[in-house]
Amino acid sequence: MNRFLKKFSCAALAAASSLAIAGSALAVDLQFYFPVAVGGKAAQTIEALTADYVKANPGVKIDAVYSGSYQDTVTKALTAAKGGKPPQLSVILSVDMFTLIDEDVIVPFDDLVTSDEDKAWMKSFYPAFMENSQTGGKTYGIPFQRSTPVLYWNKDAFKKAGLDPNTPPANWEEMVEMGKKLTVKDSSGNVTQWGVRIPSSGFPYWLFQGLTTQNDVVLANSDGNQTNFDDPKVVEALTYMVDLSKKHGVMAPGIIEWGSTPKAFFEGQTAMMWTTTGNLTNVRNNAPFEFGVAMLPANKRRGAPTGGGNFYIFKDSTDEQKKASVDFVKWITAPAQAARWTIATGYVAPRPDAWDTPAMQEYVKDFPPALVARDQLEHAVAELSTFQNQRVTRIFNDALEAAITGKKEPEAALKEAQKKADAVLKSYR
Amino acid sequence: MKSQMNWVHAWLLLTPALLLLFAFTHYPAVVTFVDSFFSTPRGQRPAKFVGLDNYEQLLNDDVFWQVLWNNFLYAIGTVPPSIALAIVMALWVNSKIVGRPLVRMAYFAPTVLPLIAVANIWLFFYTPGFGLIDQIRGLFGLPHQNLIGETDTVLWAMMAVAVWKEAGFFMIFYLAALQAIPPDLREAADIEGTDAWTYFRRITFPLLMPTTLFVMVNATINAFRLIDHIFVMTNGGPDNASSLLLFYIYETAFKYWDTAYGATLTVVLLVLLSVLAIGQFFFFDRKVHYR
Repeated sequence: MNRFLKKFSCAALAAASSLAIAGSALAVDLQFYFPVAVGGKAAQTIEALTADYVKANPGVKIDAVYSGSYQDTVTKALTAAKGGKPPQLSVILSVDMFTLIDEDVIVPFDDLVTSDEDKAWMKSFYPAFMENSQTGGKTYGIPFQRSTPVLYWNKDAFKKAGLDPNTPPANWEEMVEMGKKLTVKDSSGNVTQWGVRIPSSGFPYWLFQGLTTQNDVVLANSDGNQTNFDDPKVVEALTYMVDLSKKHGVMAPGIIEWGSTPKAFFEGQTAMMWTTTGNLTNVRNNAPFEFGVAMLPANKRRGAPTGGGNFYIFKDSTDEQKKASVDFVKWITAPAQAARWTIATGYVAPRPDAWDTPAMQEYVKDFPPALVARDQLEHAVAELSTFQNQRVTRIFNDALEAAITGKKEPEAALKEAQKKADAVLKSYR
Repeated sequence: MKSQMNWVHAWLLLTPALLLLFAFTHYPAVVTFVDSFFSTPRGQRPAKFVGLDNYEQLLNDDVFWQVLWNNFLYAIGTVPPSIALAIVMALWVNSKIVGRPLVRMAYFAPTVLPLIAVANIWLFFYTPGFGLIDQIRGLFGLPHQNLIGETDTVLWAMMAVAVWKEAGFFMIFYLAALQAIPPDLREAADIEGTDAWTYFRRITFPLLMPTTLFVMVNATINAFRLIDHIFVMTNGGPDNASSLLLFYIYETAFKYWDTAYGATLTVVLLVLLSVLAIGQFFFFDRKVHYR
């Protein structure tokens, strides 16, 4: 024990002194937290991009720290900030913006960019992604690791059911009708293939927000202090989702796992699935049949939420560090780098000009489904985000889960959720 | 002079442990208690004294009551079964059977695995459609289950994981205790013509009581303390049906960043655990030893 302690303290001392030396020798040191939420080459790509930047900018040293899931990252960043040593920049969920503002740990980009060129840069992103990055007229996040849910369908299963394998459902009614044809039962009446699968574990609100947007209703205002959970149109959307299993029998009952959804699709247990574009490369590599990718079906309108992470710059650092951080964010979101990132992961490149780069042109020519998510962006809305975001979305998730598992009627569950959300958000109005 | 030296020695020996205990157990507990009377500091709003407001919130928080009830069920559902299973397994691997080391190892294996790994294995078992349970059910033509996707079954599914994980560990203590029972008792019982059940009920079980107390205290604490599988498998869902007290504390303190309310919940947990531990030691201790 003693020897261990001694060794440990020696190592700690050595590490501390080497850090101090490194710190004094270089002009700007940046610490950068990044989460990884999908499989594949996300982490290597970020590290490679960071290394390329450092090579081109010798005055800057960036310590890119893999910080776990999105949830781990926001927890680590906030803990570090409260301890007085925040990272200089981090990729964190776009919906955590209000939490970060509330904790007073980030600065808006508007305070840091002054030149006209920089101001034009801030306008170069897709508006659908910026909705989640701005509040009160200021821009707090720059979109980077962004996604949106799409519908994947199994063309073989469509053929077997006598449906046109190249036509996915365009609206809610069609999804139910096709779903009925696609639901296959064995001789003893057990379902072997479901029509559709909308996963609902962990964060059911995200895909459900697809349904509410299609039903032409907004879940929260842009100030993040007023929710709309008990709107009749939200109730209608939840009733539709519950009825998919309860009334129409085209979706498995109960809570459906996110993680096992692609696998269930590969195994032929569901003919259609809703999931993030972040799974595109995964499905492309593993589906043993021909598949299609489409926008989510429409009802009153087309619609989907956006999702994923933004760059944030932390308050408690020097002006040089903030300047260098902005410069790095500008570089990594530039068309060439954004294209590289999209091709490696399946995330949606956050600005139109990234899609015009030669690398990207070639990629989509070879794999046209990559364009579906981009084209859906014009129908997309901001992901649900409020002050006390984690708590409010938890309240909402609980209500959705209670309705999906049949514990409560959709209307009663949503009324209760709205009441609880009001109690939390009251002090922010 | 000599006795004074002894005192110094005693304190010197105690100091490292005391320092660690104070720094990482007592001091945080006291600070937590104090924090539970203040509001949560946010950004530019510092914490201010709010008296019993947090406790009032606690009484009106139906998630708290649900989580407490869940934890109560969880303790009832994991402690007695894992103890019973541990005794049965210990008796079995203590008898002369073929391949005894192999069976012992098999029973102990779940203990060696980290709970996170166990949770991932069970997540696969429970997966509707192609998970292990459904593959077996499929052989008998039974429909798919969704044990962790339904509010009625999810907590039981979590208990099964905990019992599976813990019983093997407790078995080791029982095995050691069984081997400490003098063999002449067995011989005497044989001469008297005692049947196996009576022997277990009147001799073995009473002699195992000190071990049972120890295991019970540990199992009860674990029922409140081990929540890793909740993170991996359900995140407390659906609709808080599998959320336990410590998991709710984590969510409140590190997801909602409501540290004051998190502190209040922690005080409840501390009080609960102290009462349980004191209760078990003082009230059962008298009945534990075979006289």
